[in-house]
Amino acid sequence: MNSKTVEIKDRKNMKPLDEAQWPSQFNLTVDHDPDDLWDDSRIIVNIGPTHPAMHGALRVVARLNGEIIEKSYSEFGYTHRAKEKLGEHRTYHQFIVYTDRLNYCSALMNNIAYAMSVERLMGVEVPTRAVWLRMMCMEIARVIDHFICIGINAVDLGAFSYFLYGFHQREEAYTLIEKLCGARLTTSYARIGGMAYDAPEGWEKEVKAWVERTREVIDEMNVLLTDNKIWRKRTEGVAVFDQQSCMDYSFTGPNARAAGIDVDLRKAQPYLYYSDVEFDVPLGQNGDCFDRYMVRLEEIKQSLNIISQCADRIQKGPIWSEDKRVRIPDKEVVHNTMEGLIHHFKFFMTGFQVPPGEAYSAFEATNGELGFYISSKGDSMAHRMRIRGPSVSHFQGLNQMIEGSYIADLVAALGSINIIAGELDR
Amino acid sequence: MMDDFWWITTGLKVLFVLIVLLQVTPIMVWVERRGSALIQNRLGPNRVGPLGLIQSLADALKFIFKEDRVPGHAYKFYYFLAPLISLIPAFMTFAVVPFASSIMIDGREVVFQAAEMNVGLLYIFAIASLGVYGIIMAGWASNNKYALFGSLRSTAQMISYELSMGLSIVGILMVFSSVELGEIARGQGEILFQLGPFAIQKWGVFIQPVGFFIFLTSVFAETNRLPFDLPEGESEIVAGYHLEYGSMKMALFFMAEYVNMFTGAAVVSTLFFGGWQMLPGMPLILDSLGFTGMTHEWTRVLFEHLSFGMKVAFFMWLFVWVRWTLPRFRYDQLMDIGWKFMLPLSLVNIFVTGMMIYWGVL
Repeated sequence: MNSKTVEIKDRKNMKPLDEAQWPSQFNLTVDHDPDDLWDDSRIIVNIGPTHPAMHGALRVVARLNGEIIEKSYSEFGYTHRAKEKLGEHRTYHQFIVYTDRLNYCSALMNNIAYAMSVERLMGVEVPTRAVWLRMMCMEIARVIDHFICIGINAVDLGAFSYFLYGFHQREEAYTLIEKLCGARLTTSYARIGGMAYDAPEGWEKEVKAWVERTREVIDEMNVLLTDNKIWRKRTEGVAVFDQQSCMDYSFTGPNARAAGIDVDLRKAQPYLYYSDVEFDVPLGQNGDCFDRYMVRLEEIKQSLNIISQCADRIQKGPIWSEDKRVRIPDKEVVHNTMEGLIHHFKFFMTGFQVPPGEAYSAFEATNGELGFYISSKGDSMAHRMRIRGPSVSHFQGLNQMIEGSYIADLVAALGSINIIAGELDR
Repeated sequence: MMDDFWWITTGLKVLFVLIVLLQVTPIMVWVERRGSALIQNRLGPNRVGPLGLIQSLADALKFIFKEDRVPGHAYKFYYFLAPLISLIPAFMTFAVVPFASSIMIDGREVVFQAAEMNVGLLYIFAIASLGVYGIIMAGWASNNKYALFGSLRSTAQMISYELSMGLSIVGILMVFSSVELGEIARGQGEILFQLGPFAIQKWGVFIQPVGFFIFLTSVFAETNRLPFDLPEGESEIVAGYHLEYGSMKMALFFMAEYVNMFTGAAVVSTLFFGGWQMLPGMPLILDSLGFTGMTHEWTRVLFEHLSFGMKVAFFMWLFVWVRWTLPRFRYDQLMDIGWKFMLPLSLVNIFVTGMMIYWGVL
């Protein structure tokens, strides 16, 4: 701790007093503690929670030296909605709508991941068509999310047009999703044991056409920004997070892959039919903003490959599991038979019961490992419901990432790790 | 000299310049919004009037009728003064820019230039750098950390780029041996060399290409446009120096920015693209019209206005084009470019130009 004494002069005769003569209250000692954020010798800037670059409502308090961030701490929880607690007071089906609001940029991903977690706990098998449909949905969601991430990152660095090129394709993708379930953003499409609705006739063809168009757009975006000198200058070597730091902060997903950690749950513990399709896992080297951008851009291409493979292989067939416990009774039966009506009533009023036990199921969501830990005591509601949102770990690493860099780099860093307040605060 | 004739012509010229400058902001807002829409595959404003042309009027009305709120923590006096201080120099700079050559009326020469000053270019630099005081004042008076950041960035940027901007045109001044913009524009009418039927005029861009690029880049930096819009830096420091401003005060900053852009574009056209010198092909059209006497003279002046307007419009469009294409620089990178790249380059440019003049190449 280095301390400095402030000299106070006698104002009347403008002659400095001897130190011994100083009144005690004049003996001001200002401590400069480099580890103390609230050191009053520097400007403290509150960035957020309503700052335009803070996606959602986040807050970073930064101590600045000029434009350089000396030290900072970050806060979240401004959009906390007690989702995990709600999971203990809603039936398994009712909770699906809450999963939409986790990572709202890829709602389908959360829906399906949640449904699969419950299915694993119950041991329910879903038919082939539903699995292919789920895979397509998840990859479309991944493309959408990555489009937003790299687009918003570019907006934060001043390149607005780039964002809108991606955004256009994203809207097209939402139109495809709308054809599946009638909703665009908060889909609530998955059901435990199947999908809410079947894909309409010829949907796969439309998806393939969209994939082709998106490939062109990706090339366009690539040309516009990847080799742009300014973009390189703003992202290369900025907000570096190396492998060790990624490990320390349990980074997953594209952010970890950007640092060269080969972690992808689609490869490591394949779920759905990921082992049956061909795709690569792009890896970065330096773990800087540019690598995170490139990994995401490359992942969009890989996801498009997966989508077109799925579209080729999807067959007609049932989309519901035959398991009586989870299958929503057909309307035909409900409207015409007494038993069917009672079944329907019980199914929706009390929900179905999940056998006692607990399970943690992790999936490769757009930002990293999305996990649902569900503990059941045989009730129709979960005894405990916990969610692992990847953004939580990523947001913890932000402070270390931006230390000693410029205030403009904070914006770049935050955009590049894709913090979604929905899954961060839950 | 200052008889009725002088007063009337000068008054008319000043009125013309003022009216044009006042129209720049609404038109440029429209161009910016429609232009960005064109670049981004959108429609842009298209509801108010044909092609959304009256949108700017609606915007202006909105600005006027908005509540003029002054934040409680602002220093009132400077807070009120700041928008004016940035707007007035913006209007003043255009005074010495010639927008056409001269015409003889009643045996007296009328120059199309609001003020024929022998310090010309120096006046522009002197007045344009006053504009930064408004920004500093705004940042300080707003009593807001982000606003202060914006004004500090702006100050540093203006000082760094004014140097290379000033040095980049020294080459031009050496070639034409004048700082008076009218002289420079007239000098660019000379034929540099004949290329078959096409005469290449002695435009600044042909004899000073390096100076042109440095000057253009500096103009971008001076007018706080992307990729140098750090004083505003929407996503970093929210809106920079005009963060605490609303309603018409904010609109004044807006106007100042666009008028500065217009002046910048006009100066670039005058120094490097022949100013009011007619565009290739225009003299032929003028001759083929077959007018004589005063009609011919007035048509010539009209054509010169048109050429100047088209050159300026091109650079205004360039501002919009670049803004919606490039990302933003970081503060330290901006400084690096200014001091480590543009300043040495402009010094080298002066040296090379001097050598070439000495050897009689230029």
